[in-house]
Amino acid sequence: MPEGATPGHWRRALGIGLIAIALVALPFVAGLAGNSWVRILDFALLYIMLALGLNIVVGYAGLLDLGYIAFYAVGAYLYALLSSPHLIEQFEWIAQVLPNGMHAGIWLILPLGAGLAAAFGILLGAPTLKLRGDYLAIVTLGFGEIIRIFLNNLNAPANLTNGPQGISNIDSVSLFGLNLGKKIVLGSPETGSLEVSSVTMYYFLFLALTLLLLVVSVRLQDSRIGRAWVAIREDEIAARAMGINTRNVKLLAFALGASFGGISGALFAAFQGFVSPESFTLNESIVIVAMVVLGGMGHIPGVILGAVLLYAIPETLRHVARPIQESLFGAELIPAEALRMLLFGLSMMLIMLVRPAGLWPAPQRQAT
Amino acid sequence: MDIFFQQVLNGLVLGSVYALVALGYTMVYGILQLINFAHGEVLMVGAMTAVTVVNLLQKSAPGIPGPILLIIGIGCAIPVCIALSLVIERVAYRPLRNAPRLAPLITAIGASIVIQTLAMMIWKPNPIVFPDLLSTEPIELGGALLAPKQALILVVSAVMMGGLLLLVYRTRLGRAMRATAENPRIAALMGVDANRVIALTFAIGAALAAVAGVLVAMNYNIAQFAMGFMPGLKAFTAAVLGGIGNLAGAVVGGLLLGIIESLGAGYIGDLTGGFLGSHYQDIFAFVVLIAVLLLRPSGILGERVADRA
Repeated sequence: MPEGATPGHWRRALGIGLIAIALVALPFVAGLAGNSWVRILDFALLYIMLALGLNIVVGYAGLLDLGYIAFYAVGAYLYALLSSPHLIEQFEWIAQVLPNGMHAGIWLILPLGAGLAAAFGILLGAPTLKLRGDYLAIVTLGFGEIIRIFLNNLNAPANLTNGPQGISNIDSVSLFGLNLGKKIVLGSPETGSLEVSSVTMYYFLFLALTLLLLVVSVRLQDSRIGRAWVAIREDEIAARAMGINTRNVKLLAFALGASFGGISGALFAAFQGFVSPESFTLNESIVIVAMVVLGGMGHIPGVILGAVLLYAIPETLRHVARPIQESLFGAELIPAEALRMLLFGLSMMLIMLVRPAGLWPAPQRQAT
Repeated sequence: MDIFFQQVLNGLVLGSVYALVALGYTMVYGILQLINFAHGEVLMVGAMTAVTVVNLLQKSAPGIPGPILLIIGIGCAIPVCIALSLVIERVAYRPLRNAPRLAPLITAIGASIVIQTLAMMIWKPNPIVFPDLLSTEPIELGGALLAPKQALILVVSAVMMGGLLLLVYRTRLGRAMRATAENPRIAALMGVDANRVIALTFAIGAALAAVAGVLVAMNYNIAQFAMGFMPGLKAFTAAVLGGIGNLAGAVVGGLLLGIIESLGAGYIGDLTGGFLGSHYQDIFAFVVLIAVLLLRPSGILGERVADRA
């Protein structure tokens, strides 16, 4: 786009500036209505991260992964185990090695979680390289269930995951000596002070990481690897004939996608302070697939839109569905959770039937 | 040794249910190359319908003997499941017959979520008790014990499978099904109405799933909205194990998977020195699935290759 310093440039800069201001102001505006709304924003960011990660596997490389939540679980349990008293209570020798308690910081766990999840991604990818389409979907689904079954049952004979009860008392994130678990007050009472709640601080942490993953996603898309993924998605045999090492490139897609999941999982554990296998069911995997597919596979703005819509709409429903139904019919006919699942299912069917490329598809996909 | 025989017998009971469901997967796959992801939900609806009818009848007319109640229950479940399956085919699959492969899979998942949620709203989330309709006095069989309901499962499954094989290999409709599976376009040129054959295939699969659902609910004395997922997944594994698209393969795969699961759950504790227990039973199906796809993607009896994009 050889434009020089044209009005287009300025308009773009202005647009980015406005978006930045809006993103910074968002939690404070939402905070006026209550911290639960900021919490919703935080979770929306987590889902955006997950959707961006799955987009690498499903959108770019065209490999349908129905067990993606397993990587989220890996990241979450890694953080939970390394930042909670659970392991020390269970294993005498760990308590002796670490007399000050188990408090691995976020700086250690984020790369570790990304790496471990990537290793799991390769573990899943390696045996399934030759499979395509629906076979792959079922195997990945099985993989996700295997991880969940292990999390559920690894409380005996050695209590590693504490089984269905899950792990609690997880440390909150501490950044440069700032504990994000407690609210802080900026300024002094005389000059007027600004209270920044814990959820707001987490919002900025999540926002920073979302932007990081977003940049990585965009850069990957435009890179040689990104083009190789698209080539594999469109025609694997032709891609191979063009000299693409399909095995390595597909494994890379699994690994990178999984590492996004690992990072968001670790953040989830820190944010919640509690993890249990219940958070990592097949339904969650399907929800993330729905976000990617309905938003527009392989198109980053579409995927973000999908994540926001599919998370925000049901979440708002949870707050408003009951009062609306009660005022209309005098009773709650459809529970909010059921309504949420119904909406998911119906929208998956409808959008596939009406707009198979998603709500906001990539331009080049429209052409084909 | 007695324990071993008992486990094999339990495995056969388990496996014959898988086989019934796997036949539904494999027939649809054979014709459309599509995994009918909502098949497990059809099984669930069959079980729920039967349990509702049986409980209603038991309350309103306590005199009816158990076996007759069971037959009525199955008789009500079959048409409901067939209707449901036809609707799924019509809404979620038929419009997408020429779409990319991912599209029908996603509508199928969507349909499955919708059916499950509706079932949860209709029958409430809590499990419903399926009453004991047969005598609970076990039959002794070569040192192993077999409950009458388990014996019934074996018999009913065998009869249904035999009937299906007759239907597919000895009737005009069966020939039309095989022809459509082989080459839909040529079959259409020969005067086979493909849409009718496909709808009938779904209907037959649904009838088998309905029976399987009632048998599962009867065996565990319980029915719940989420009960279709695991049998569905395992039956799919069974179909892949036997060679998807192949009817005999589905039966072999189902029985084999049942035996593997039963023996695995029985002996895993001893094999791993007590590290892994029988609650890992559900993992075997997935391990088998991954192993088959790695080592012999065409399955035991199949000729198709896994690489069908």
